[in-house]
Amino acid sequence: MNNLYLNKLSLVQFKNYQEASLAFSPKINCFVGDNGVGKTNLLDAIHYLSLTKSFFNNIDQQNILHGKDFFVLQGEFVKKGHSEKVFCSVRQNKKKIFKRNNKDYERFADHIGLFPVVMISPADSSLILEGSEQRRRFMDTVISLYNKQYLHALIRYNRALLQRNKLLKQFEFKRENFYDELELWDTQLVVPGNEIYQKRKEFIEKVIPVFQQYYNTISEEKEKVGLEYRSQLHESNFETLLVTNRDKDRVMQFSTVGVHKDDLMMSLNDHPLKKTGSQGQQKTFLVALKFAKFGFIRDLTHTKPILLLDDIFDKFDAHRVSQIIRMVAQNEFGQIFITDTQLEHLENILQELDTDYKVFKINEEIKTVIPGGET
Amino acid sequence: MSHFPSKLLEEAVEAFAGLPGIGKKTAFRLVMFLLRQDQDVVEHFGQTIIRLKKEIRYCRSCNNISDKEICDICANKHRNHSLVCVVESPQDVMAIENTGQYHGIYHVLGGLISPVDGIGPNDLVTAPLEEKINKGEVKEIILALSTTMEGDTTNFYLFRKFKDTPVKITTLARGVSVGGELEYADEVTLGRSIANRTLFEDTFTL
Repeated sequence: MNNLYLNKLSLVQFKNYQEASLAFSPKINCFVGDNGVGKTNLLDAIHYLSLTKSFFNNIDQQNILHGKDFFVLQGEFVKKGHSEKVFCSVRQNKKKIFKRNNKDYERFADHIGLFPVVMISPADSSLILEGSEQRRRFMDTVISLYNKQYLHALIRYNRALLQRNKLLKQFEFKRENFYDELELWDTQLVVPGNEIYQKRKEFIEKVIPVFQQYYNTISEEKEKVGLEYRSQLHESNFETLLVTNRDKDRVMQFSTVGVHKDDLMMSLNDHPLKKTGSQGQQKTFLVALKFAKFGFIRDLTHTKPILLLDDIFDKFDAHRVSQIIRMVAQNEFGQIFITDTQLEHLENILQELDTDYKVFKINEEIKTVIPGGET
Repeated sequence: MSHFPSKLLEEAVEAFAGLPGIGKKTAFRLVMFLLRQDQDVVEHFGQTIIRLKKEIRYCRSCNNISDKEICDICANKHRNHSLVCVVESPQDVMAIENTGQYHGIYHVLGGLISPVDGIGPNDLVTAPLEEKINKGEVKEIILALSTTMEGDTTNFYLFRKFKDTPVKITTLARGVSVGGELEYADEVTLGRSIANRTLFEDTFTL
């Protein structure tokens, strides 16, 4: 297992920071301050250096400090004992520049996976509350990390689906041999569709035990949770499904069966989580799921990802908070960044644990963070 | 740029700007260039384009662009007329001809099946090919279409159409490019090359 941590971070004109420069603990780092001072922006800066983009805003230019025309982020990671410098700059109306050890990247994708991070944020609740697309994307992003063929299958599937749906809308103009033409696109859907189905099934089977273990640890085994992969392909093979639903597809003018209808069923004591779970329970569910993702990335990259916990204490009771902190302080996790508005309850737990940590008080008046804080 | 001193100028700019890859500014530069040329140069230019559209033909045998009813390739007795390479466009014929490796004839479909672009199977030109196959003149067709979703779909359409005839249906090999370094090949291509590996013996007979 490779050791990875972010040693230093400097920001220039990034979001609400004029300039800041920080040196971190290799284990636990806490950003403490009032709402709106920019705690989460520090996490986002780390996210940038890892994944070449913001967790929150995909438009690079919008992350520049208001009224300025560029931002620069620089990080010094330590991986396997070696120092690695990562540089990112975004200028108004210019291409983003991304460098590792002073060398430009030709493809940003080459950077992803070198310094893995996992962000746990209140925005994750969309996974429970919003449509099934969010849950498919969760599966897809993790599987794509270790299976390039999967990403290719997804691209092919989506292209074939687009063409098939377009064709279904043209029925009025080409009644003749319509099903013959439709069948051409069925064939194109079936191959990548089956591949996606298989890979998602395997993935969820692997995730479930890990996820359940994390959930039990955080909740101290109070609830029974379920995670289940739902797909129309469970019942029948894809080819047959497409044939039997032809008339329906024609009337609806889109493809009603396939892996684009897949979903993850999340349940609590055998009831749907979305309806019956309390906010704290829902959040426990999400955190356990993200930890499972963490474990996946760790095993794939042989590196403990950096964990970014944004506003983790919101909606949790004291027990669960202390369970989470205890858990992440253990050796199976690497470097952690935590944001919180108050220091007290966090510090109480940290002092109990025999672990290295550093607290950064984020100051409102000057957007220059004083490095160090108390240890 | 919006105030042209002449209506004729504006119309000419509009016409050029309608071409693919040409914006308003480039169109204006081209028009101004033409305007500065001698009368006969510009007339020749115009006539060339008018004749192109009026007089060009599509080969009755293969649907390639031609000056005659039957193109030079189809008229060539020395070529192998039992081997037909199916391509999307005349550009593809030129690309394969440039290899100097192919001595059969061609069939130009004129497009690929793509509902997004409003092209269905009936919009493809297949009649001359069908006719040749039905007459038993063809032993093998090589499907040489793009490796896109639309190319694959069209391949499958043609396969379904001709699979019950005695014609052998083959398709272009997909794999690592010649002279390419393995580490730079994309994972999908490399994966496919491993799945479709060939006997080494066959590699030095080419």
